[in-house]
Amino acid sequence: MLVFRTLVRRELAGFFLSLGGYIIIAAALFLMGYSFIVILAKLQKPTPMPITELFYITPFFWLILLLTTPVITMRLFAQEKFTGTFETLMTTPVSDGQVVAAKFTAALLFYLVMWLPLLGCLLVVRHQTNDPSALDAGVAASTFLGILLYGGMFLSWGCCASALTRSQAVAAMISLGFGASVFLLGYLASQLPAQEDWQTQVLGSLALFEQMHDFARGIVDTRAVVLLASATFLFLFLTLRVVESRRWK
Amino acid sequence: MSDDLMIEVANLTKRYAGNPAVSDISFSVRRGEIVGLLGPNGAGKSTTMRILACYLAATSGTVRVAGLDVFAQSDEVRRRIGYMPENNPLHYDMRVREYLKFRARLKGLSRKHSRARVDVVMEQCGLTEVSRRMIGQLSKGFRQRVGLADALVHEPELIILDEPTIGLDPNQIRVVRQLIKGLGGAHTVLISTHILPEAEMTCHRVVIMYDGRILVADTPGNLQKLMSSRSQVIAEIAAAPEELRECWAQMAEVEQFDVSPAEGEYFRCALTPRDGVDLRPQIFALARERGWPLRELTRSRHSLEDIYVRVTRPEEEEG
Repeated sequence: MLVFRTLVRRELAGFFLSLGGYIIIAAALFLMGYSFIVILAKLQKPTPMPITELFYITPFFWLILLLTTPVITMRLFAQEKFTGTFETLMTTPVSDGQVVAAKFTAALLFYLVMWLPLLGCLLVVRHQTNDPSALDAGVAASTFLGILLYGGMFLSWGCCASALTRSQAVAAMISLGFGASVFLLGYLASQLPAQEDWQTQVLGSLALFEQMHDFARGIVDTRAVVLLASATFLFLFLTLRVVESRRWK
Repeated sequence: MSDDLMIEVANLTKRYAGNPAVSDISFSVRRGEIVGLLGPNGAGKSTTMRILACYLAATSGTVRVAGLDVFAQSDEVRRRIGYMPENNPLHYDMRVREYLKFRARLKGLSRKHSRARVDVVMEQCGLTEVSRRMIGQLSKGFRQRVGLADALVHEPELIILDEPTIGLDPNQIRVVRQLIKGLGGAHTVLISTHILPEAEMTCHRVVIMYDGRILVADTPGNLQKLMSSRSQVIAEIAAAPEELRECWAQMAEVEQFDVSPAEGEYFRCALTPRDGVDLRPQIFALARERGWPLRELTRSRHSLEDIYVRVTRPEEEEG
């Protein structure tokens, strides 16, 4: 536990004591601010949708998710492998599991901090509209749960990509490629008419698009939670295997 | 297995994608010894050290540190080892003291203990004055000392240093060498280098590796002795070359000789004695007897350098 805390603190320092971390936050903040303007424009007309859903149907949610997660994770292993500090790290009595868990935890914490301004935006809108029904605490919580789960999946995949290579650019491209594919599959699933054949069924169960829409509407679907959480664990497990591979390669 | 052995390597082989980096090497190191791994680049020194430090697994063979298997009891072994890899990678965005504390905590020291140990190693490695500086802004000599301090911070029984003086200026090399020398006795030290005087000066024993194999393992002194049996005597004499050649050819103790013109009227004679006899008194007596002006008379001492060149490149040398 002590080692885990030490490692998480070091990783967080890597994010928050460097320019890179703030550039990511600034970029995300810019997109959130822009979506805020879009939401305000939409609120000119009365709408039955909660603000979180209004935010989700702007394209910014996916843009932020797809662009920031590779940039957050690319550094984690690739940089240490490149500079050689990975060797000094792995020759101390820390386990491979602790290292993977610590790096993922730090990335997830940073990711959540990055999303905090959204909460601010939502609160401002609610305050200005004077309509308590526009932002229900439950709906906000489910939106953030969705953000957390989606982030976990993309970040864990990013960890795996970063562990595969010594180059941060390659790591970012691998995770961006994956993110874009998942996004496009989800888009395809949402566009296809409901059919009985198995291809559509499989695609339908991977419909990340619809699932996040549910979270933004305040619906927590356990199927989505299980899918995202197990994907996260799968990718973390793969990361661990990649890290261990130096011992049997 | 005996208690006073710190490292036992038996039939160690490591292949990278089928290419052997280390083939079937065996050696052992006693507690408190300073041992140098010597060899050209690509000899397998770093690979051997990485396996000892539990970073890589061996393809076959057993490696024990303090009686513990490096693969099966890797955690225990890592607790006992202070390892500084080649090129000494550090986090350049951290301050010296902060980095050392981070490393001490990773190595399982408590907060209080780590603070005390960091002070001790900073003092030991002469880092106190730069404790608050960023590592990225330090000179290479200081960075090397930070790497050493890191290797020492948890009081390991075994210290493994991969090329600790590479890229330093002569002054910095002297400081680092002095530090390493001071570690013997209390710690067991394994260093790798391709700079020979370094091994000669700091190590109790030298293991010469070439192409993944061990060529020789002995004390620097014994290696010297091995070589000095063939050491040449150089004499610079002002005399007719024919006369000199005739003289040497008649001398029974001279196995081989070579006479070449030197500066001025002098000729340089390189004489190889039979069975390691010291030829110098005879040559001096001869020169006095014949009235030859003699301006130099030396016996070449083979440095490890010659031994190294000899054992690492036998074919080319003889060819």
